[in-house]
Amino acid sequence: MKSLIAAFCFALAALPVAAETLNVKVGVLREAHSRETLSILDIPAADDALAGALLGAADNNTTGKFTNQSFEAIDAKLEDGDDAGAALDALAEKGALLIIADLAPERLLAVADRARAKGALLFNISAADDRLREEDCRANVLHVVPTRSMLADGLAQYLVWKQWRRWLLIKGSHPKDELLAQAFRNSARKFGAKIVEERVYEDTDGGRRSDSGSVQTQRQMPLFTQNAPAYDALIAADESEVFGGYLPYRTWDPRPVGGSGGLRPTSWDAAHEQWGAHQLQNRFIQAFRRPMNARDNGAWLAMRMIGEAATRAASNDAETLRRYMLGKDFSIAAFKGVALTLRPWNQQLRQPILLSDGRMVVSVSPQEGFLHQATELDTLGVDRPETKCRLK
Amino acid sequence: MQVEMMNALPIRSRFRRHGRACPGHPRVSFNDVDARDRRGHDAPYAISMAVSAFLYATLSLTPAHAYKAYVSNEKGNSITVIDTEKLEAIATVKVGRRPRGIELNKDGSELYICAGDDDAIQVLDTKTLKIIGKLPSGPDPELLALSPNGDIIYVSNENDNLVTLIDVKRKEQIGDIPVGVEPEGMAISPDGKLLVNTSETTNMAHLIDTGTKEIVANILVDARPRFAEFKKDGSELWVSSEVGGTVAVIDPQKRELKQKISFEVPAMSKEAIQPVGMAITRDGKRAFVALGPANRIAVIDAETKKIEKYLLVGQRVWHLAFTPDEKYLLAANGVSNDVSVIDVASLKVLKSIPVGAFPWGVVVAPQ
Repeated sequence: MKSLIAAFCFALAALPVAAETLNVKVGVLREAHSRETLSILDIPAADDALAGALLGAADNNTTGKFTNQSFEAIDAKLEDGDDAGAALDALAEKGALLIIADLAPERLLAVADRARAKGALLFNISAADDRLREEDCRANVLHVVPTRSMLADGLAQYLVWKQWRRWLLIKGSHPKDELLAQAFRNSARKFGAKIVEERVYEDTDGGRRSDSGSVQTQRQMPLFTQNAPAYDALIAADESEVFGGYLPYRTWDPRPVGGSGGLRPTSWDAAHEQWGAHQLQNRFIQAFRRPMNARDNGAWLAMRMIGEAATRAASNDAETLRRYMLGKDFSIAAFKGVALTLRPWNQQLRQPILLSDGRMVVSVSPQEGFLHQATELDTLGVDRPETKCRLK
Repeated sequence: MQVEMMNALPIRSRFRRHGRACPGHPRVSFNDVDARDRRGHDAPYAISMAVSAFLYATLSLTPAHAYKAYVSNEKGNSITVIDTEKLEAIATVKVGRRPRGIELNKDGSELYICAGDDDAIQVLDTKTLKIIGKLPSGPDPELLALSPNGDIIYVSNENDNLVTLIDVKRKEQIGDIPVGVEPEGMAISPDGKLLVNTSETTNMAHLIDTGTKEIVANILVDARPRFAEFKKDGSELWVSSEVGGTVAVIDPQKRELKQKISFEVPAMSKEAIQPVGMAITRDGKRAFVALGPANRIAVIDAETKKIEKYLLVGQRVWHLAFTPDEKYLLAANGVSNDVSVIDVASLKVLKSIPVGAFPWGVVVAPQ
């Protein structure tokens, strides 16, 4: 008996364990995403994003059994017109100062500024806007989701590796489509590709569902892509889900499509299985009976970052965890084949970019041969010398 | 001498195989797809190969024992059998789907194979090379450990965060031990009293008393701990962290972390260095650590923990095994579909033996 007690003491000594259970409360502040997707496979589920946070909390709690820590995800779903600030206050009231944020850029910034007074830390899992990491960066926002520039660079590296250097760029007519188009223009310049022509696909505000839509689409897409200069790959910049998914197999010239259709750069795909990812996919499907999408994965990853930092730093304090995550000892495994770390200058998570056709992960960037003096992951996106971020 | 020359020949042919432009690969001018691999692999390789071919010819004058090595081919759904005297593959056996972790029983008569996609551990008769049965492992077994007397198999059950105990004779499960998220690496102390299991997402080494079947200590290590290995005298437990890029050295008596070993390969990014398989010599003086996509094996002075050397092997090196006389170390190279043979005394890579698709695990039979 004595030896057992001694053994137990050793076990405790090996870990930074508190005598009492340390509770880590995490709010999931999320707004509904559009159900107007070209493919019905992409229509968000009711527990979109939240499911990932719940799985992350369950994973953390398995570890927590050994470290005497417990993790809880508190859902705060915003309906149209709901006040995000009030929702943040309510979460803070419940003791949740670590917030997984699935919010559009303007709302994210408003919440971040309000969160500052409360000492709350936000984990951005869905806003890809580069400006949130550059001119509009905030010290209390960590970015789990890759930026548009990281996504565009991930695709661009692969196309250049394939020697498909002449691109026909087609963008949607909404502001966010232009932001993505600009990311592709920057990538082309960065990696030596050429945009031979740009076209704009006007959104006439039609619906996505119809009983025999393919009949028309099959005639529209060839016409729209007719008379292009010689090109190797068509790049679609269509975050608004108006036409990108319609392009593959329907272009006038037989050419591959990438971007918002065809070969998509993404942080996660339900078909990703390498580096042990199969295990995470299994756990998710078992628990939620649906595939894991990129937002679910972002929420899971944010929760895992919180868990990892809380275990190692033995704390649930937002600022302590933030400092630990930005320190040199922090890295997180996320089934991408390499350790992920935060860029200290703008708090963006470094990560490989998956290129998926929706059935298979075709490749993972950075591609071989794209070198960097610090880490090859920094060949993706805006790098330190170009940053406009002044953290405050 | 003719025999030695014949053995030396495949070395040159391997060099040619790697030196040729990849067939079917598009030509890429952006410093080339395989630029890094070729720079790292072939240039020093050519020289060391020539030297080691000569060395090998000399060394082979003392006859090597003929052991049999078994290599699991993850995508080949097969086991390759290697004759360690001839240093060539002598048989390929079709087994279950996605074979990874493999272990031999004490007398080498049976090989236990984790067939992940068949949710079972298969038993291969090493005389007849026929599958003679299977053990109920639970879903997706990956690595296993055998108790010193050979009665119990411990296997990690990743989906349920459990270590499952299997009675080998009765072919049934006899218990579970709850551990961290995604249990993976398994090892048993030489005296059989301590079982270690590593959990990949929890990032711990769980030390388990095999008598009480209770966890007695949880030791935090770096990200994605993948493999565990005891020194033969039980004085140290080594745990490799694939994503963290380090090896943790644990004192099993005090049950605490002693130190961490880091790696640095010139002109290679930190992320590419991913320690997985490990092998420590019987006298506890030297350790070999496979570094995955760094395509190298680190040679470590196991007493001072200083890195002596990096050996260039094939691509994505996974697991390692000594021949029982510790003359050779075999390394399974996942992406280049071969096994590197390392001469332990001279620390030279002697030869590469082509095996099946995506070789993963490797063990060598006692006779």
